[in-house]
Formats: sequence, C-alpha cells, structure tokens
Amino acid sequence: MTQPDLRDALIIQLGRIAPEIEIDTIDTAADLRDEFDIDSMDFLKLITALADEFACPIPEADYDQMRSFDEMLAYLKVHAK
Amino acid sequence: MTQFVMPSLGADMEDAILVEQLIAVGKPVHRGDIIAAVETQKGVIEVEVFENGFLEKWLVPLGTRVPVGTPIAELRSDDASNLQEEPDMPQRLVSDHQRVQPRISHATPSLASNFPNKVRQRVTPAARRRAVQTGFDLATLGHEEIITLDDLPQVQQAPDTTPLSGMRQAIAAAMSRSKREIPHYYLSNIIDLTAAEAFVADHNADLPPEKRLLVGALFIRAIARAIEKFPEFNGLFENDQFLPNPKPHIGMAINLRGGGLVAPALHDADTGSLDDLMGRLRDLVERVRQGRFRAREMSDPTITLTSLGDRGVTGITGVIFPPQVAIIGIGTPDWQPLVREGQIVARRAATVTLAADHRVSDGHRGAGFLLSIIRNLQKPETL
Repeated sequence: MTQPDLRDALIIQLGRIAPEIEIDTIDTAADLRDEFDIDSMDFLKLITALADEFACPIPEADYDQMRSFDEMLAYLKVHAK
Repeated sequence: MTQFVMPSLGADMEDAILVEQLIAVGKPVHRGDIIAAVETQKGVIEVEVFENGFLEKWLVPLGTRVPVGTPIAELRSDDASNLQEEPDMPQRLVSDHQRVQPRISHATPSLASNFPNKVRQRVTPAARRRAVQTGFDLATLGHEEIITLDDLPQVQQAPDTTPLSGMRQAIAAAMSRSKREIPHYYLSNIIDLTAAEAFVADHNADLPPEKRLLVGALFIRAIARAIEKFPEFNGLFENDQFLPNPKPHIGMAINLRGGGLVAPALHDADTGSLDDLMGRLRDLVERVRQGRFRAREMSDPTITLTSLGDRGVTGITGVIFPPQVAIIGIGTPDWQPLVREGQIVARRAATVTLAADHRVSDGHRGAGFLLSIIRNLQKPETL
C-alpha cells in the first residue's frame, strides 16, 4: 500500500470513530486522542480496526510510537502488510 | 389477549417513535425477548417483553410516534398462568384487556430519572416537569387517570429562552433532583495502579487488540468485589427506603459525541472472567456510542462509575444518579510521587472519589469501601 493510500485508510478508520472531525481541522503532530476526542475504548477500537486492515499486530508496547496522526501514519508505513 | 404498551424510559419521555418490529406476527415471544426498538431523545432503545406467548398483531405501523402507555402490539397467551401480573410491576386493567407494562418503572435510575412522586400516580413526564416548574401540586389530581399536560396550568415561556435539548433536559432533571434530595458526602483516596497496569500490560502483551483488557475493566471488577462487603452502596433509595441490590449492575458513565452522557448498566459485574467482563464492556460502549442500548440497561444500574480516563483530570467528584446512592469517580492514571518504605518513588496512581448518600451510609463505611476497592486492585490476578 502506498503512503497516500495508507493515509486515506487511516482517515477512514478515524472517521468511523470521530465522524464529526475533519482531518483538515486537526493538528496532525498533536496528540491524536485529544485532536479526535477519543478515549481509551475508542483508541482500542481504532487499533483493532487498523490491525485487522493492515494485518499487523500493533502490540500494546508500541502505542507510545503512535501518539499523533503523523506518528501513527509513520508506524503503519513501516508495519503494514 | 394482552397488550404491549410503549414503556416510559425516563421522566423526559412523553412518546417515542416505533422504528423496528423485531417479532413477526404469529411468532412466539418469550419473557426477556426484545420485541421492538423505539427512538427516543437519547437514541434507539430496545424494549423487552415480560411474558410468554405469541405476537397476535402489531397495532401501530413503523415510523409512528407513540405516546407512553399506548398499546403497540397485541400478544396472545396460550397459558393462563402467563396472564398473572408480575409482582413488581404496576399494571392496569383496560376494558377486558390486561395491559402488559414492560418492567420499567417511572423511577428509573437512568439520567432521565423522574421528579419525586411519593403517591403512586401515573403522570406523564412532561406533566411532571411542568408541575415542578409551576409549583403545581399533583396530589390534588388523584390517581385514577393518567395525568397529562392537559391537566396542568399553562406555563408562560419567556420568548428569548433557548430550549434545552432532550438530552440536556434529562441530565438537568436528574442532576437537579440529586442535588435537591440527596445529602452527598465525599471521600477521596489514592489508588496505586502499578500492579494493575503491569498485570494488564502482561496480559495484553501477546494478545491481538480485540482481546486486550483496559484497566477500566479491573476498576469495575474491583468495585463489584468491594460491594460484596459494603452492600449499602449498591441499590436504590425510593419511597424513603433503601433497597440494596444483591447484584452489582454498575452504571458506566459514557459520554456521547454530539453532547451529553448516559450511564447504562453493565450487568452482573461480579461474574465471569475479566476477559468476559471486558468483552461486555466493549459491547456496551460500542452500542451506546451508536445510540443503541436496551431498556434494562437504562433502568437497572445500582451504582455508577465515572472515569474521565484520558482527559487528565486529577479526580472526579460525582453527582449521584437518583435513586442510586453512590457514584465512584476515578481520575486519569498518571505518575505520582508516593512514599514506599520511607523512599519517594514514582508510581502509577489515580485519585478515586466516592460520593455517597448520607441517608444510607456514613463516612466511616465509605472509607472502608474505598479501601476495599484499592486493595482489590493491588491483587489484579485475583479479580
């Protein structure tokens, strides 16, 4: 998957959880949970969906590497299959 | 022949739209089956039937706005014993029919709980609200007929007021009643979460995301276990009496996108494995966020847990949802300097705050209840 595709896929998954938030209005370098107003349950749901879509396990120990939208995209770029 | 009527799902509910008929005509229904889904101000709620029989016919088409108490389906019972009244639910004879009132009282412990009603009158939520607004005494109307807005004097509305949304009205009614009626007392303590978080990290290390635990599931179980020793915090205070509930049905305060919150019950939080509990929590949150939950989940909570887990607050001093008698708030877990064996050490910790009803319990017992929750979380492997 190319990076633009990854980005679109990530936006779609975030949209399922936070449909009212437009990607253009957020700071992609800031904390994802604050920017999208998502709690730990939403985050787990997001990780579950991403792990499923990109066939990568996303261990809990890696959560710290995906604090922001940009970091999450970078992580998926490396780990997505 | 019995009639299934539109249940009242809270003081703010005057009517609801029938959006799904989940049992086909001629099919059997069993006590506990979800018979229909109705759309209220708080979202789509599934309503259950409380008797066995067959669905004879639907009385109103889909999409119809139906007032509370109006029959929506006819049920045929093939067993006369099924026609007996449920001991705990008020029913009314209507001509030769017996109306089947789903087991939802006006005194639901949901956020939409009603105003005080010591006489067993049947009053529509809107009428009850106006009675409070105008200071009208409902007792003057007797209890033969259902009291509606038409029975009450008009209210002069200021022209420039912005009406509250249904959700805000429901929260306003419940929280105002709480602050008016419940003599709260508050106690706080620190939970050392080092063991609990390590347990969760270890548990989750090799699991796919859909099987991972959140520390919130441990909070719920720790509270459920503490309730066994402190039953005076789990139950409902109604008609000047506290009735403890033998089961912990923990109301989970869940915020909704677009505003407001609801606190539906996670039933029987003391039973099943942690994985099972977590699965049920996920299911509940997911359905609530989709605006879909069951009537029982709104009416059954016996105590509430509110946790603004990820928003950085140090603590939450909750407002009890009447007629419950306690609410537990847990702040955001964070690193805190704690003293262990004479040394200051960095530990993961959160502030837990109990707000409880002084009519039912005192601070001494409340402190013990908090301590019991904290101790349970020090041994996560036993939860």
